[in-house]
Amino acid sequence: MSDIIRVMIAKVGLDGHDRGVKIVARTLRDAGMDVIYTGLHRTPEEVVDAAVQEDVDVLGISILSGAHMTLFPKMLKLLEARDAEDILLIGGGVMPDEEAAALKAMGVKEILLQDTPPETIVTTIRRLVAERGPK
Amino acid sequence: MDPRVPSLELVEPVCAGERRAIARMLSRAEAAGPEAREALDLLYRRTGRAHVVGITGVPGSGKSTLVSKLVAALLESGRKAGIIAVDPSSPYSGGSILGDRIRMGEISSHPSVFVRSMATHGALGGLARGTLEAVDILDAAGYDMVIIETVGVGQDEVDVVRATHTTVVVSAPGLGDDIQAIKAGILEIADVHAVSKGDKPESDRTVSELKSMLGLGLPATGLRRAVPVIKTCSPRGEGVAELLAAIDAHRQYLVTSGEYEGRRQSIRERRMLKAAEQVLHDEFERHRQGRMADLLAELSGASISPHTAARRLLAHIGMEVTR
Repeated sequence: MSDIIRVMIAKVGLDGHDRGVKIVARTLRDAGMDVIYTGLHRTPEEVVDAAVQEDVDVLGISILSGAHMTLFPKMLKLLEARDAEDILLIGGGVMPDEEAAALKAMGVKEILLQDTPPETIVTTIRRLVAERGPK
Repeated sequence: MDPRVPSLELVEPVCAGERRAIARMLSRAEAAGPEAREALDLLYRRTGRAHVVGITGVPGSGKSTLVSKLVAALLESGRKAGIIAVDPSSPYSGGSILGDRIRMGEISSHPSVFVRSMATHGALGGLARGTLEAVDILDAAGYDMVIIETVGVGQDEVDVVRATHTTVVVSAPGLGDDIQAIKAGILEIADVHAVSKGDKPESDRTVSELKSMLGLGLPATGLRRAVPVIKTCSPRGEGVAELLAAIDAHRQYLVTSGEYEGRRQSIRERRMLKAAEQVLHDEFERHRQGRMADLLAELSGASISPHTAARRLLAHIGMEVTR
């Protein structure tokens, strides 16, 4: 109903590489979005609980630790368990193309790999929210 | 949850404390659309139980960290806490980075805690549009204490005191001399003072300066209650139990002195006036392309003054001003 898109950007697990998420957060802020950043070393449960409380449109998870095939399916299950499947889960990081395809087949809305230009992140989020419709 | 669930269907789940419903209702309050109006009115009738506490102070003074420790202490006493954390919106893009959750770590996932971040979206005074309706929602949802953490304020953002039962002003040590402490504004509004970063050696000086300022003011302002000054050190948990006790004692004081109802009534009055301003503002916006554009054209030709233009704008929406 509000035109301001709410995005949560989070890092889960043992992964201290936060330069990328900070750049993404800043890019989305400059595109006029409200960006909630959770900080480092969160558990999937903490992040999903936070996303539910904040009622975000999009939950963006950055994973650079290699644990994406474990963590993304877990987060999808947690969102489902909390009746929060309308929160659009997207991922960012480095992974083989076939694993990105597998995650999208499971229900992750988009995987943005390492060479994604900042504008593409903005347009991808706007497109996904427009497809879902107003809330 | 269906994105298009009607707000009215959220009212009962909110009052039952269902987190997904509370979260969605908060979004509707923030968006301030007409669809949510009736639901918010119904929720307002279910409020009045919560102790509403404002935490304010300069940026970086340690508000978020202190709030997380305060909430941990509150949980130990068996109470539930709702937190509304306000951060600024960019004046250029309108976007924001809301980072208060970073300091709130584990407590924000506790089943008796609900944390919501809000961006100011152009509102001044330290609160966001929709903050007070968010307080209503958390009150109706059964949270015993609702804490509003303001944006980092300067010297003059005192809206929070007009919206809460108890205001805590957090001061960080080493930010100025004792004249800062007797200036008008933010320091005057405290019901409780907290001095953060108590492990710094300068913190004792800040405590004594605040105390001596408060000593000067007592006779002149007719204060019937000494304002406590509490030194805290959040990482060590020092002063946190004392701070919670002081906040509780302030509510007790309001009740026993009879000031509680007066304060609640002035909050209601303030909210009515604020809402009226907002209604007018939205009404003006509807005429931005029409009457307002015509008046702006007249203004640019300097044929009328801004004040006359304002009267004509009001007349256009049916509000003839005679004085």
